[in-house]
Amino acid sequence: MDIHSLTLNQAREKLEQGEISSLELTEAVLTRIDAVEERVRAYLHLDRQGALERADETDRLRKEGRAGELLGIPLSVKDVLCTATMPTTCGSRMLENFVPPYDATVIERLQNAGAVILGKVAMDEFAMGSTSENCAFGTPVNPWKDGYVAGGSSGGSAAAVAAEEGFASLGSDTGGSIRQPASLCGIVGMKPTYGRVSRYGLVAFASSLDQVGPLTRDVRDCALMMNVIAGYDHRDSTSINRKVPDYTAALIDGLQGIRVGVPVEYFGDGLDPDVEKAVRGGIDMLREAGAEIVEVSLPHTDYCVAVYYLIAPAEASSNLARYDGVRYGFRDRDAQSLIDMYRSTRSMGFGDEVKRRILIGTYALSAGYYDAYYKKASRVRTLIQKDFTTVFADCDLVASPVCPTPAWKIGEKSDDPLELYLSDILTISANLAGIPAISVPCGFSGDGLPIGLQMQAALFNEEILLRAAHNLEQRAGVAGRRPKLP
Amino acid sequence: MDDCGQDTWPCNCRETMKIRREEVEHVARLARLDLAPDEIERMTGQLDTILNYVAKLDEIDTTGVTETTHTQRVCNAFREDEVRPSLPRDRALANAPQDNGEAFVVPKIIR
Repeated sequence: MDIHSLTLNQAREKLEQGEISSLELTEAVLTRIDAVEERVRAYLHLDRQGALERADETDRLRKEGRAGELLGIPLSVKDVLCTATMPTTCGSRMLENFVPPYDATVIERLQNAGAVILGKVAMDEFAMGSTSENCAFGTPVNPWKDGYVAGGSSGGSAAAVAAEEGFASLGSDTGGSIRQPASLCGIVGMKPTYGRVSRYGLVAFASSLDQVGPLTRDVRDCALMMNVIAGYDHRDSTSINRKVPDYTAALIDGLQGIRVGVPVEYFGDGLDPDVEKAVRGGIDMLREAGAEIVEVSLPHTDYCVAVYYLIAPAEASSNLARYDGVRYGFRDRDAQSLIDMYRSTRSMGFGDEVKRRILIGTYALSAGYYDAYYKKASRVRTLIQKDFTTVFADCDLVASPVCPTPAWKIGEKSDDPLELYLSDILTISANLAGIPAISVPCGFSGDGLPIGLQMQAALFNEEILLRAAHNLEQRAGVAGRRPKLP
Repeated sequence: MDDCGQDTWPCNCRETMKIRREEVEHVARLARLDLAPDEIERMTGQLDTILNYVAKLDEIDTTGVTETTHTQRVCNAFREDEVRPSLPRDRALANAPQDNGEAFVVPKIIR
């Protein structure tokens, strides 16, 4: 097996046994990136020199007896996370040359754990999108099929991990942006409970929904990454001060005594037959592992997209007001007055989808429409949350598809915003309810595209998700299957 | 009257439109966005489609339902009011499109 193909935990073991150095490991991954990046296009910024120096440093630290969960492990991070030594563009012209004055808390946590950060990976502009086609600097391509989307908005993270261009990645998930690309690229992706992982230094999209999480090649790697990034941070006022368990201890074989709900609403019209077959097969595997499967109902599922596409743009329109050309980012230098400078800076700096969402959000919050749109959506959000509370009184988790279809062709759905919004229908309720959710590979479509199974659990129940995902992974037997790349 | 592109006459688009061009122009002004005439046209159509879709929320009776703005039972997050180091000025100004070494510089506001 090639070095770059190892899982994070396998690479970690080889480092600990002294079979390999971090420098060798990092060089192997950089060579892999050179070989496949022209096809995959996951990276926006590759810090080759910084990575090699850091790898060398971690090798020295290891010799001095230092340990760390990720000591010497090369990985990537989504370009929405602030890095003090690398640009942070959010996939936007607005932040093309922006180098943040500080590191995000999760970046500090990666560094303290000994990680080697290779670079920043592509995403939809300000994380708004489901295909990464809204990235101002190029669209990542699905490693499984040329010309197909890697998903979004954390498309670069998913593509990089699936194409073995790093052992893991961090993404962000506001309405499915970790889980959907993970599903389309055949890897594991977790959105933790809102407040479990610090948002400090995560460039804000919709603050009541955003959460940072890992994308990895298997469930054990996901658990290890969670151990590193989860925890209270006083710099994020929405961070929850609650003990962090050892997530790797949750990977118990067998699901005896676990009740899995299958929401009828998640298997409705528009679900691709291959996806339904793979996901039903995955649910059977959960049963074989000992779980009890019961049908459940989440009656407000059909309203999730409508609620989300009012609340997320409303929060975004407020959050993105900061891009005014004054303190950082792009400025139209030709503008004569301050107001003209604001307007032309924003009009030139933002892409289409960002402008569209700012307009929807501004409209939904504007005088005369606030009650009808924003307030109404916030109330239905309460009902969506209650649906889950009811189901989790009786079930440990719910299982469903992640995305109604496997990956599609680049350009195929970019003309109709609503059609693309509707593809988020199965993932956005977890963000609206604040609950944790995971996407884990369960099969393939007829033409060889990966399909993920989603599981959602009650607040702070990441461990049951990891346990169930681990059991599914053992049975599905697809974790070792990798895309064929040059 | 503009040609709305519908084949039937009289067209019914005035009744079914959720948002009109003038409203998009107004919202764009509020959001400090300049949109070209063709952009306004396209955005009006797309926003109308989206607003027609989200109107399905009217099907639900939300009388007496409280709003959710935060998914968890957290109240105010207080901290001790103590002096701590903050971002040094040179680093705060490092990304400024224009500065004078002490402050951000913007086009003249008062003439």
